[in-house]
Amino acid sequence: MKFSYYPGCTLKNKAKDLDRYARACAAALGIELIEPDDWQCCGGVYPLGKDEIAPKLAAVRVLADAAEQGNQLVTVCSACHHVLKRVNDDMKNDADTRERANRYMDLQRPYTGQTGVLHLLEVLRDRVGFDTLKEKVVNPLTGKKIGAYYGCLLLRPGDVMTLDDPENPRVMEDLIRALGAEPVVYPYRNECCGGYVSLGDKELTGRMCDRILESAVGFGAQMLLTACPLCMYNLRAHSDLPVYYFTELLAEALGVKEAAQ
Amino acid sequence: MQKIGVFVCHCGTNIAATVDVLRVVEAAAKEPGVVHAQDYPYMCSEAGQALIASAIRDKGLTGIVVCSCSPRMHEATFRKCAERAGLNPYMVEIANIREHCSWIHKDMEEATQKAIILARAAIAKVHLNTPLAAGHSQVTKRALVIGGGIAGIQTALDIAEAGYPVDIVEKNPSIGGRMAQLDKTFPTLDCSACILTPKMVEAAAHPNIRIFTYSEVERVTGFVGDFTVDIRKHARSVDMDKCTGCGLCQEKCPSRKTPDEFNRALGTRSAIYTPFAQAIPNVPVIDREHCIKFKTGKCGLCQTVCAAGAIDYTQSDEIVSEKYGAIVVATGFDTIKLDRFGEYAYDQSKDVITSLELERIMNAAGPTGGHLERLSDGRMPREMVFIQCVGSRCSDGRGKSYCSKICCMYTAKHAMLIRDKYPDVNVTVFYIDVRTPGKNFDEFYRRAVEQYGVNYIKGQVGKVAPLPDGRLRVSGSDLIDGKAVEITADMVVLATAIEPDPSARRLASMLTASIDTNDFLTEAHPKLRPVESPTAGVYLSGVSQGPKDIPETVSQAGACAAKVIGLLAKDRLTTNPCTAHSDQLLCNGCSACANVCPYGAISYEQREVNDHGVRGERRIAVVNNALCQGCGACTVTCPSGAMDLQGFSNRQLIAEVDAICR
Amino acid sequence: MSELTERIMEISGADPRKCMKCGKCTAACPVAGEMDIKPHQFASCLAKGQSDLLLSSNTLHKCLSCFACVERCPRDVRPGRLIDAVRQCVVRARGQAFLTPEEIPELLDDELPQQLLVSAFRRYRR
Repeated sequence: MKFSYYPGCTLKNKAKDLDRYARACAAALGIELIEPDDWQCCGGVYPLGKDEIAPKLAAVRVLADAAEQGNQLVTVCSACHHVLKRVNDDMKNDADTRERANRYMDLQRPYTGQTGVLHLLEVLRDRVGFDTLKEKVVNPLTGKKIGAYYGCLLLRPGDVMTLDDPENPRVMEDLIRALGAEPVVYPYRNECCGGYVSLGDKELTGRMCDRILESAVGFGAQMLLTACPLCMYNLRAHSDLPVYYFTELLAEALGVKEAAQ
Repeated sequence: MQKIGVFVCHCGTNIAATVDVLRVVEAAAKEPGVVHAQDYPYMCSEAGQALIASAIRDKGLTGIVVCSCSPRMHEATFRKCAERAGLNPYMVEIANIREHCSWIHKDMEEATQKAIILARAAIAKVHLNTPLAAGHSQVTKRALVIGGGIAGIQTALDIAEAGYPVDIVEKNPSIGGRMAQLDKTFPTLDCSACILTPKMVEAAAHPNIRIFTYSEVERVTGFVGDFTVDIRKHARSVDMDKCTGCGLCQEKCPSRKTPDEFNRALGTRSAIYTPFAQAIPNVPVIDREHCIKFKTGKCGLCQTVCAAGAIDYTQSDEIVSEKYGAIVVATGFDTIKLDRFGEYAYDQSKDVITSLELERIMNAAGPTGGHLERLSDGRMPREMVFIQCVGSRCSDGRGKSYCSKICCMYTAKHAMLIRDKYPDVNVTVFYIDVRTPGKNFDEFYRRAVEQYGVNYIKGQVGKVAPLPDGRLRVSGSDLIDGKAVEITADMVVLATAIEPDPSARRLASMLTASIDTNDFLTEAHPKLRPVESPTAGVYLSGVSQGPKDIPETVSQAGACAAKVIGLLAKDRLTTNPCTAHSDQLLCNGCSACANVCPYGAISYEQREVNDHGVRGERRIAVVNNALCQGCGACTVTCPSGAMDLQGFSNRQLIAEVDAICR
Repeated sequence: MSELTERIMEISGADPRKCMKCGKCTAACPVAGEMDIKPHQFASCLAKGQSDLLLSSNTLHKCLSCFACVERCPRDVRPGRLIDAVRQCVVRARGQAFLTPEEIPELLDDELPQQLLVSAFRRYRR
């Protein structure tokens, strides 16, 4: 299995764990991740304005590069995944964006959204398979009660992201089960943590995180799992509960965590 | 040469305000063959028709053109008028200068020009009209009603009472349908079973009614007055004649874990079962998928305990073939699946239920014996929330774009019944609009608010979140206060959208009856022919045609029966003479026409043909005139031009086009 | 329709006239309580052409673009896009940014991920 791999800026810095454990797990599962040269920041948020083209171009570059390599594109950061998938959807389905982006980009071949964008969770579920993954687990996380925290970017809007049921997802729960732990399902796992508002209004993000954490703890979670550095930041700021990147626990279960450090 | 009369109608100001009627008369009078042209304010009035009749007689007209409204409206009127005056009715043509002209144009000059052109085209066509004679076909004086809910039962009873035999086909083991599942009915709050059971009994006992339960329609052929229908009677594994309905088999059956469909899977049932106590017939069926005997070969307990010797494991499905003059579709509805509405937590909490599930919970014969309780822990709720429009009025692709029509009223009913029986329970209803058109309906809803203290909040709910203590946090909007509200509830009831029963789609294609994008059967005319399908001989009853409540369903069932009776009362039917026919000298038997014919009216025969002096056998298309509806699909498909339509021949159509382009 | 309303419709690609005024967006919004003009009122104001009112609303920097309203709207109105389009109209005007680089240093801490800064800049200024 070979994919182009887009780490994103945060994974090169504050969220190094998310990245290095992802690479270690991929190697352990026989997945080859190829990082393109000279990628740029995806912009962090998907530009909602129909007339915005420049903020989408960094994403288009990475997508077009993967297309040139003939690869599908994998990411692990929720935000990057969100931006790449939505920009790709525009390139495929919105003629105006497609035309204008191609005019700016001056690519060898026009890019029309042909690259498949996958979150690593989708690769684990649909390509590796959780049953196969389960067989590769050497340190099962037996006895741990883990709440998956999806947040907003991974799932919504459901018709574009198509990762899972946006209101009642299960991919991370299935992952937790495959790792030998017990998933804790709680209803606020797909509600927003407050995102970038925490820059100016920590009180508000605090209230939002409290509601999520209260729900998770109430249903018995001993720790939380996330795929997003921003969620991680907000949750950690307001919680005594340990919060991990899903790749870290995956690495632990696959027995590659220490080597990755 | 025809002697043609042209009659131009003002239709009050409907036509005359946009079309200069006098100029149309003048222009028409100059057309070749036109010997009479005149206008009149209302040509369809008695006086207008008298003008036409006297012109036909006085001037010896051989054909007439009426420039007026759509032929759907008054073609029949003017044909009858012509016939009374001694003219063949098929020598009448309508130029539609209202729907096709005055109503859709604003500019008088342009509209007048167009009206003149339309008149000219109709005149050109009449030149080539030939008198046609309608044929006749027989009527089988028996009706088939598909679906044994209240719609089907009422339709069948009304037809039977008029003296005609009726068969009801019901796919479930008992008739009764959705109404049998309801506890109370609005707006009078009488018990559903108390008013339905007598009707079920009456239907079962009626000498003119036969009931096929556990049966489905498998195949339909034929046409209005003469349908042949194959009915599959699923193997019941119980002899209907021997069974006494004692119920011992169900009591002893060791397989008891099958979800009970009648109780919306809130409880379980045995593998041999009757769906409910008042079932008709009161004869159980063996659900072979879950029966231990059928799965493993061991068991046979029901056979051992049956004193009547009615259990018969060797039964197999049986196909009954029967002839009918008319077919009524009364296939009803189900609630939509809620898997795309995860925000309401239906799949995440047992205490989030649909309204139909609440009906079963409130019912004395239901899974909780009629006691209001939470399905998770059996405790009585103190705080209940109802959410309306779940999946209704939803155009984002997750639900249904239409209003399900019955939810506002049954929610008011539920709220009122709960407040009446359990005054300590707080009831809140989140609504977008309360829609209560119907006799005593708004009064009913207001009673819920004013007398029973039900708390109505205008605004939709955004999320239902189960809490660790088992309660449910309902986050909604209060649009009157302009803010978000939260209620911690013990139970949440979802007014779930309804959709046509899935069997309707397959049935519609068997009947060549048209169906809309929501799978509701389409009526022949939304206002003037609401209980007839556009396919002759097929009638619509109940929710299969569109959402409706019980009073409306029963009225429609009666209307539907009246239409069926009207058909069956005829000894023979006049057939439409405007049917297709194939020219055997041109037809090469390629099957293109049969492939496009929606009515199955075309078959093939080997015929001896004299082709330029050479005698030989050829495969020739033959049209069954009783089946052909004159749609013309075959005539445009035929590659050799062998197919032609009487009254709309290729020559006539070309003449019209020529006249328009002149 | 005012020029501003037209521009908002164009930028958002959403149609407030589809709104049936059910309020589900506001009910779904995790920060509706903080907003002076609620998501459903955004749709309503725009449908009535009263877009001027919206320019000074605090909703523009309270909205998280978490798309809960977009996901749950039964009429595909996409209120989150409408709010962002109004925000765009404001921040695209000179000197109208909600965030300046000078403010940043004192808002930083050791853990704050780059993604947060990038996102906030993208949303709050041109």
